[in-house]
Amino acid sequence: MSFETAGYQLAPVLPELVLAIGAMALLMLGAYRGQETTRAVTALAVVLLVVVGVLEYMVPAGKQVTFGGSFIVDDFARFMKIVALVGSAVTLILSTEFLSDPSRRIFEYAILVLLSTLGMMVLISAGDLIALYLGLELMSLALYVVAASNRDNAKSTEAGLKYFVLGALSSGMLLYGASLIYGFTGTVTFTGIATAATAANVGLIFGLVFLLAGLCFKVSAVPFHMWTPDVYEGAPTPVTAFFASAPKVAALAVFTRVTLTAFPGIVSQWQQILVFVAIASMALGSFAAIGQTNIKRLMAYSSIGHMGFALVGLAAGTLEGAQGVVMYIVIYVAMTLGSFSIILAMKRNGQAVEKISDFAGLSRTNPLLAFMFAMLLFSLAGVPPLAGFFGKWYVFVAAIKANLFTLAVIGVLTSVVGAYYYLSIVKTMYFDEPAGQVDPVRVEVRAVLAVFGLFNILFALFAGPVVTVASAAAKSLF
Amino acid sequence: MTTWPILSVTTFLPLVGALIVYLSRGDDEAARRNACWIALWTTLITFAVSVILVLRFDPSNPDFQFVEKANWLATGITYHMGVDGISLPLVILTTAIMPFCIIASWKSVKNRVREYMMAFLILETLMIGTFSALDLVLFYLFFEGGLIPMFLIIGIWGGPRRVYASFKFFLYTFLGSVLMLLAIMALYWNGGTTDIPTLMHTAVPRSLQTWAWLAFFASFAVKMPMWPVHTWLPDAHVEAPTAGSVVLAAIMLKMGGYGFLRFSLPMFPLASHDFAPLMFTLSAIAIIYTSLVALMQEDMKKLIAYSSVAHMGFVTMGIFAGTMQGVAGGVFQMVSHGIVSGALFLCVGVVYDRMHTREIAAYGGLVNRMPLYALVFMVFTMANVGLPGTSGFVGEFMTLLGTFKVSIPTAFFATTGVIFSACYALWLYRKVVFGALVKPSMMSMKDLTFRECVTLFPLIVLTILFGVWPKPVLDMSAASVQQLVNNYNTAVTAVKAAALLP
Repeated sequence: MSFETAGYQLAPVLPELVLAIGAMALLMLGAYRGQETTRAVTALAVVLLVVVGVLEYMVPAGKQVTFGGSFIVDDFARFMKIVALVGSAVTLILSTEFLSDPSRRIFEYAILVLLSTLGMMVLISAGDLIALYLGLELMSLALYVVAASNRDNAKSTEAGLKYFVLGALSSGMLLYGASLIYGFTGTVTFTGIATAATAANVGLIFGLVFLLAGLCFKVSAVPFHMWTPDVYEGAPTPVTAFFASAPKVAALAVFTRVTLTAFPGIVSQWQQILVFVAIASMALGSFAAIGQTNIKRLMAYSSIGHMGFALVGLAAGTLEGAQGVVMYIVIYVAMTLGSFSIILAMKRNGQAVEKISDFAGLSRTNPLLAFMFAMLLFSLAGVPPLAGFFGKWYVFVAAIKANLFTLAVIGVLTSVVGAYYYLSIVKTMYFDEPAGQVDPVRVEVRAVLAVFGLFNILFALFAGPVVTVASAAAKSLF
Repeated sequence: MTTWPILSVTTFLPLVGALIVYLSRGDDEAARRNACWIALWTTLITFAVSVILVLRFDPSNPDFQFVEKANWLATGITYHMGVDGISLPLVILTTAIMPFCIIASWKSVKNRVREYMMAFLILETLMIGTFSALDLVLFYLFFEGGLIPMFLIIGIWGGPRRVYASFKFFLYTFLGSVLMLLAIMALYWNGGTTDIPTLMHTAVPRSLQTWAWLAFFASFAVKMPMWPVHTWLPDAHVEAPTAGSVVLAAIMLKMGGYGFLRFSLPMFPLASHDFAPLMFTLSAIAIIYTSLVALMQEDMKKLIAYSSVAHMGFVTMGIFAGTMQGVAGGVFQMVSHGIVSGALFLCVGVVYDRMHTREIAAYGGLVNRMPLYALVFMVFTMANVGLPGTSGFVGEFMTLLGTFKVSIPTAFFATTGVIFSACYALWLYRKVVFGALVKPSMMSMKDLTFRECVTLFPLIVLTILFGVWPKPVLDMSAASVQQLVNNYNTAVTAVKAAALLP
């Protein structure tokens, strides 16, 4: 192509282009053919995500940089994008039932998820602060609307609004931080910042703090977590599943890339911030979840805690740490999607039930569902031989190598506290008397549950290849 | 020598059995029977396979045998299995006790039989794996994984306070273990691998030894359990179903002792030496204090639970004496206690199934209605007391002998524990078996059924056999124990010699 000049190749962004054009085409389809196309658009969106995933997989290995350094495709980006794409595709599949209700035939839903996913891909590949901001905003703006997609529900609307207001605030902080960093280093590219930021400088650190605050908001780490429980509870359940999976992948990925590639010279500066954020998130996630009665709110606190664990790896600031983060994200996404498919499966007389007490005696009424959920909960608690244990192993092993002993000890202790509330759900399902029959589970939910439930239980068997891929992904950052 | 992975087969056979139980659908009486039979056959076949291990085991070789190694996680973490003279007796103990657990549950478990059998079979896999894993991560996997089935066993099939007991059991153990996990990570970075045989020969800096020792101690002391972190045990034992108590007492408690032998002593000899006085003190306190507490119990299971803590005190004392007699005695005591305490819990189960109470005061004069039971119970009571001629004596005597060479006060106080154990055990026996048969509810009690005889008689044979002829167990472990003790003493004397140099 004629406009392809040096440094501006289009080949590395082929998956993104396909996704963008595909999303536009589906939008046209929906706009011209009306709301009856919701089903078709959703199905095609899933197909599109799969195609993009395959394209992403086929992008040649090795590091490619395009758009003058704004866009980086390396092993890390490829891997994280595929995980995010899986998250998006699965949540779209889980949304079929939500969208099948006549009052909620909104084809825009799938389009918004696609656009948000496009934002995530840009975010994951961001090589400078501008691409970072663009990706982040594209992702977030779509998310705000999706959160409020249950228009007639006050809670859903409130969730969308709350998310928007707080999200806008965090974007502002992030922008402010980015501008300070630009001001003190004279560049926006990560590599440029890395060369300039070799010594601590008050202005630069100021910028760094604001940048990290914005990113912490996106991964819902303490103290920027306040929106999470309300949004998780208010948003429709498939949307909550989406929030808890793909956007977290993207946000953590960019978090990792920014800290490790743009600020490797001042590790000690951001390390202390991350240590604090990680400890606070793990502690809050563990303690605040104990009192919850709504399963979605509980999952919100649980995800805050898990982000804290993932940040433990990042706080190490080493190759092992990056590998830990990658492993943790993969496992976290699998556990989250599995858990949400169970929450979606819990229906009585056609009504979704969200109270923890509604799970009472599930082991009698639906033993398989209860077993899968119990295994997922043990896994979230980090009990071996389930997947969650391996996630914890790789982040803490990095922290130990980086001599962050206090962080590691506090981390594992909070995981014991966290185990308490996961166990309480197991107790409700296994030790309590049944609270009534549950409806038969829809086939797509069952399929998702089977995939991620088995992934979780059998992870120990195929952990080796995953570790290899994760370590290759982490290496590309160094 | 072996062409098939015999150790992995032993380990994962019960898991296969659990899968078969799962596939046997249905919830009627026939399906329940089926589940029981499948579980019984699985445990019996597992035991048969483990007997092959014994036959092919070379007791003169102190190193690991039946070693299997395969890639697992990259970077120094492998699937590595193997047994030596210290772990093999415990593997056999596990496979031998499990069939009794299944038979003991035949009638007493009525609801969710399939799940019950699956939980026990999965637990068996995890327990055998714990004793035969030769990689720290793999060990941790099995060690911690056992919490899940045990949590469910106590919580679903337990007594009235089962929820409290199961949570206490899980969280206590989990808390200890996560600290050990961090120590495992530190060892991983120190040695670049989590391979246990390699790490045994890797020098660990002294400061790391201290911290790692404490972290491992946190886990094993809870598991053992040692005073003062034993409080989960009486609750767990009392609430667990009979077979659950048997597994807990006979096998799961041994994981702590095994951990001390496998990790603390060989990997951190200096720290072990430094902390030996602490271990002696805690062991002596455990022996005396919990024996006194046992004297005050009104619940039969609780009494036996406290007596378990006391007996485990002998094990820790013997292990940290670091002498040949002490360590070998510790291993023997673990095996012996596995048989005796398991049998005692089975005995309690026998009367519990008839009366549905474990209160000591509810019984009395059983000998009139159940002479056979009285005899069986007496044998195990005597073994619990440590009467010469029973296996209990050998273990206690050897650990005391080994400790005497190192610390006379500890041996002195621990010996008083033997007297106390006679007090509570004989008191229990008198209250339950002797006295007048006045309680109307007991007039119609039947003596041991054939099924109960099948569970108890083989254990009597083992108790007496090992009491008069402990050679098989001692020979099996001798070479490995000798090597362990030698390495330990070499390391300690080297440091002492270095300290004396100007």
